[in-house]
Amino acid sequence: MHLLVCEGTGCRASQSQEIVLNLKNELKKQNLEKDAQVVTTGCFGFCEKGPIVKIIPDNTFYTQVKPSDCEEIVKEHILKGRKVTRLLYEDPKTQEHVEDSKHMGFYQKQLRIALRNCGFINPEVIEEYIARDGYAALASIIEDMSPQEAIELLKASGLRGRGGGGFPTGLKWEFTAKNAADQKYVVCNADEGDPGAFMDRSILEGDPHSVLEAMAICGYCIGATKGLIYIRAEYPLAIKRLEIAIEQAREMGLLGENIFGSQFTFDIELKFGAGAFVCGEETALIHSMEGNRGEPTVKPPFPAEKGYRGKPTCVNNVETFANVPVIFLKGAKWFSSIGTEKSKGTKVFALAGKINNVGLIEVPMGITLREVIFEIGGGIKDGKKFKAVQTGGPSGGCLTEKHLDTPIDYDTLLAAGSMMGSGGMIVMDEDDCMVSVAKFYLEFTVEESCGKCTPCRVGNKRMHEILDKICAGKGVMEDLDYLENLSRVIKDTSLCGLGQTSPNPVLSTLEHFRDEYEAHVTERICVAGSCKALRLYTIIADKCTGCTACVRVCPTNAITGEKRQPHVIDPDLCIRCGACFEKCKFSAIHVQ
Amino acid sequence: MSKIKSIDDLRKMKQNLEHGMNIREKSNSPESLVQVRVAMATCGIAAGAREVMNTLIEIIERDKIPALVTQGGCMGYCYAEPTIEVKIPGKDPVVFGNVDSTVAAEIVDKYILKGELIDGIIPTNYQTINEKN
Repeated sequence: MHLLVCEGTGCRASQSQEIVLNLKNELKKQNLEKDAQVVTTGCFGFCEKGPIVKIIPDNTFYTQVKPSDCEEIVKEHILKGRKVTRLLYEDPKTQEHVEDSKHMGFYQKQLRIALRNCGFINPEVIEEYIARDGYAALASIIEDMSPQEAIELLKASGLRGRGGGGFPTGLKWEFTAKNAADQKYVVCNADEGDPGAFMDRSILEGDPHSVLEAMAICGYCIGATKGLIYIRAEYPLAIKRLEIAIEQAREMGLLGENIFGSQFTFDIELKFGAGAFVCGEETALIHSMEGNRGEPTVKPPFPAEKGYRGKPTCVNNVETFANVPVIFLKGAKWFSSIGTEKSKGTKVFALAGKINNVGLIEVPMGITLREVIFEIGGGIKDGKKFKAVQTGGPSGGCLTEKHLDTPIDYDTLLAAGSMMGSGGMIVMDEDDCMVSVAKFYLEFTVEESCGKCTPCRVGNKRMHEILDKICAGKGVMEDLDYLENLSRVIKDTSLCGLGQTSPNPVLSTLEHFRDEYEAHVTERICVAGSCKALRLYTIIADKCTGCTACVRVCPTNAITGEKRQPHVIDPDLCIRCGACFEKCKFSAIHVQ
Repeated sequence: MSKIKSIDDLRKMKQNLEHGMNIREKSNSPESLVQVRVAMATCGIAAGAREVMNTLIEIIERDKIPALVTQGGCMGYCYAEPTIEVKIPGKDPVVFGNVDSTVAAEIVDKYILKGELIDGIIPTNYQTINEKN
């Protein structure tokens, strides 16, 4: 028996390391060390219910395990074969405990390629990766493929960049391969910057060798001997696992000189970023690695011609790399049979927001939003109504109910006014105000704009001010047109992807939820009730007992009335703090 | 850590390592495998179920049989412990009683591999809630 315990960042934060210790101790006590083995793994994706302990071979999936539960797990399950029911996942629809992960809606629709080893192997043990055909793709390519043949295979597979742009990976490799130079570089972009996206971190934490192997394959194909991983310093666990993995690969001779006894030499180095969103853009990333300011520059020249230190450089995202070894093992045909006509394979999405199963999922391209949100995601929290989903993070847009049955791929998302981005998916329900949502994302881009282009630096700031004004109930109708105009200018005149996409949340909410904007402006009403300044607090006279509890908490003395008589709130004095609402025991305060 | 100097080295290493991952690989597709469930309640363990389970795991790994051994709770056949349930894909599960290491080997050899029934089968005389639904 194997007891797999998640040691991703999320589960570690809720004491999964202690769980590992306790399980080991308990097994020792029961003399079961030979029968059962504790394995620490990367992320299972089901972060909502972490820490996760999975028992193999029966696939029992224990959720929200506490260190104090370990004794019971070992005594009941491992010793006597009785599952600890209270720790099993409870289906939100049927309220029944699910016996094993194979029957959980969360996993049933998933197809895991990039995440194939996450939550399955111990990322700190290279042997477990090798046992699952690790480095076999690299071996077979070096053995019987020319770089050109390997690139052709990758092109035929239809793999596109998973960092957001969706550029065909094989083509990128080909361009870099064609530019002759004494030194070329393979760069892995691990500067995951979208708020809410954590697939790259999970892959690096759960299966670092797959990225190393793919980088070596890329090096062989384009003729590079050096690889660099640009990773943000705020990912300490991913960095640690990468360092261990690089060290192990070097010791085994899988990185370094004359790999597999061939002429091929390749080594990898880590470069740390300070966590600026703009450094996910490849030219800015390269400048940051060179020690310069992380600012984008005009393309061309593309990094494939002049990249890191002026040499041809191939920059690919973590998830893109994680797909590469499998494609070479299983063939281009296998990969291109998955997905839609123009988007092949799978995509990892980070589900977040008002959804039951928050976590990391990998699904075939072409799946519908409905399947993702309502089947894998388990629907909206607390039985509320679905309103919108933001895909592509701060660069993407909102999709609404009418898009629920659109198949998801690079092109359909663009056509719907959003984008794939790196795969963040933030689900919103009826309580979310779309103006505030747009404001939230702009706040992020204002903060992260590098300042090089005026339209992005100043324009986004102005847009944010207008949205702030609308949320404060001081907007006018002209503001909406102004927002649209400004959006166009920023999109058209910014140099890099950050500015070109930053108005997307505003444009898409304006398109799909214009009525909400108008209600803010003309009627001074926030339908979702989330804009504080637009709330109106009143006392329902029938329910008010005149207990004066609200009078005592009101910071502005806006509530008046006789004892044991219904009170009233003066809207001019009220600052909408909500203190009375929380204090009232009789539900007599009404919020509009 | 030994150095991998050639592609053959890697292949050999993989073969040696596969063994340790087998149980996890198998758990990925339990429905396509023969599932052997050993009743491991207190009475089963007292009657020697753990030994039976270990024998089964050993044989299955040694002969690379596409089967998965899991443990279950008490099946209620206290008079016939240790008991094991064998489910071959597409067939109804069969329960064997009074299993010891010898019988376990026989079950693998005759029933799992050749589909022949052997003595000691306990007729199923119950229905579960799941089936009724």
